[in-house]
Amino acid sequence: MAIYALRKLAFFLGAVFVASLAIFILIRAAGGNVAAIVLGKDATADAINALAHAYGLDQPLPVQYFNWITNMLQGDLGQSFRTKESVAELVTARLSVSVPLALSGLLLGLIIAIPVGTYAARNVGKPSGAVLALISQIGIAVPVFWAGILLSVLFGVKLGWLPTGGWIDWRESPIGAIRSLVLPVLSLGLIMAAVLIRYVRSAVLDVMNQDFVRTARAVGMTRTQALLSVGLRNAALPIVTIVGLQIAELIGGTVIIEMVFSLPGLSRMILANVAAREVIVVQSTVMLIIIFVIFVNFVVDLLYGVLDPRVRNAA
Amino acid sequence: MTISAKPHAIEVNNLVVSNGDVTAVRGVSFTIPHGGRMGLVGESGSGKSMTALALMGLLPMGWNTHGSILHDGVDLVTQSDKALSSRRGRTLSMVFQDPLSSLNPVRRVGDQISSVIRRHTGADRKVAEAQTIELIKQMNLPRPEQLVRAYPHEISGGQRQRIMIAMALACYPQLIIADEPTTALDVTVQKQVLRLLNGAVRDRGSALLMITHDLPIIAAMCDTVAVMYAGRIVEIGPVQEVFRNPRHHYTRGLLDSQPTMDNIALDGSSRLVSIPGMVPPLHSLPTGCAFNPRCPAATDKCREIMPELGSDGVSAACWHPIRLAGEVAAQ
Repeated sequence: MAIYALRKLAFFLGAVFVASLAIFILIRAAGGNVAAIVLGKDATADAINALAHAYGLDQPLPVQYFNWITNMLQGDLGQSFRTKESVAELVTARLSVSVPLALSGLLLGLIIAIPVGTYAARNVGKPSGAVLALISQIGIAVPVFWAGILLSVLFGVKLGWLPTGGWIDWRESPIGAIRSLVLPVLSLGLIMAAVLIRYVRSAVLDVMNQDFVRTARAVGMTRTQALLSVGLRNAALPIVTIVGLQIAELIGGTVIIEMVFSLPGLSRMILANVAAREVIVVQSTVMLIIIFVIFVNFVVDLLYGVLDPRVRNAA
Repeated sequence: MTISAKPHAIEVNNLVVSNGDVTAVRGVSFTIPHGGRMGLVGESGSGKSMTALALMGLLPMGWNTHGSILHDGVDLVTQSDKALSSRRGRTLSMVFQDPLSSLNPVRRVGDQISSVIRRHTGADRKVAEAQTIELIKQMNLPRPEQLVRAYPHEISGGQRQRIMIAMALACYPQLIIADEPTTALDVTVQKQVLRLLNGAVRDRGSALLMITHDLPIIAAMCDTVAVMYAGRIVEIGPVQEVFRNPRHHYTRGLLDSQPTMDNIALDGSSRLVSIPGMVPPLHSLPTGCAFNPRCPAATDKCREIMPELGSDGVSAACWHPIRLAGEVAAQ
């Protein structure tokens, strides 16, 4: 297992390096003169040169890349050109919205999808299984923003139970923060669940027909016991893989949900900074998100090794 | 043990297995006494595996059982999955064909065996683990203490099947069903595994239902044999008698198509023959005797009326059974 984990760690670090290079090249090298972009088309040559010099943008690209990476490793993500705020501080504030949103959404999706998908698999060919498959199909077809708007109309406008949008900071009122998150998490979670149900269902269906589930029954388990203790344990392998792949979907979903519910999350910050041509802010936050995605896949790989002895032995 | 109080390890009466569209087993009856050994032979698709799964209550979804299966004082056909599950692995158990796919790939083999013991005997972990080591020793497996910690993919095919046998035998069942237990193994280890199964079943006084298409295995291990064709038993009787003097033309064909050292000669003198034609698909069985299109002795009667197994004397379901030398052909 140790060798397996080390190999996956090396792969993780390699992927982060390649990703950083790709972002840097896309934004800095292919994007033209960064200082000119930041200042807009009416800026004078002197102003552009001054800005470029102040931020080290006049140095050779490899040097700029090296500085960016070494600063990042020290926790310095650069600063905004306009407001001079540190990107690290901006991001930290935003993470207290985005991380609970994304993780709770994913968790809710799993909590719904695993039992429902398992139930759908057990009732395949029966009306109840077909109805669940249909509902899940509809859920996949519903765009996440539409789900958000519907929920907001129902619980926010009609029933008035929850805020239709906006954000109350954790420090101000934890209850208020949670209340602002309920509908966004519900929208994200329901849409995640709709997709995951299908994968859970097919993973469980596949595993149910395996010989070793029959063996578990042949030595004394009921059909349900065999499914829950032997079947789900083996179905966990494909489900974990899918969850890893869904992380990118999840981040895309949070961007939209933060817009719909006017949450001051990381995704909205990136969009605002793209519009404001804050190249450094965008570059560093996008890099952080990419590191997060690669990290989740690293964790998925590790989990895979924990769950399946055949995988960790193959290393 | 009150085994002697009950007449048979299993008594199957008019077993029918169908899924609504096709009927895989069409009225099979047999009994195996305690400690008895019956072989079930037939080509693929003859219904032997479906018969075994029906006895275990492990038919795939959508398949139903009719008739009766008397075992340990109850009719298994009428039992719920929960009631059956308390018997499976305890009073009757099964060894499957492919030990790699039949073992849980993510669980250590020792845990797989000891969980069966704990489930059925209520033994605590320590006791069950000690019994597991003992069982593995009985299976002639090397270094039991290390082996219990191995995963199925880490051991050889022969070792895996011994683990399967250990699981099946752990609770001293009255009946063990072995469905082609050596087909997936290398030829070199087949004999070892069979010898082990043979001894372990004998030591426990269990009855054995051996399913195979390998007639010499039946001859070596069983005392009775039932020959299945298209979902029915077409001949049944003591192994020596059936193999020496088969009454059914299908049994004759099966025996003739077994390669042996004398008939395998590849010069023109080979006596190895095969049965012409193919097993009919279950959804379009011929009328009368299902074997009639392939039978050398078929007559109009065979094409019209299905023969039944004789309740006495002739043990073949055939209108024109093969006569022994000296027997007078009844007109």
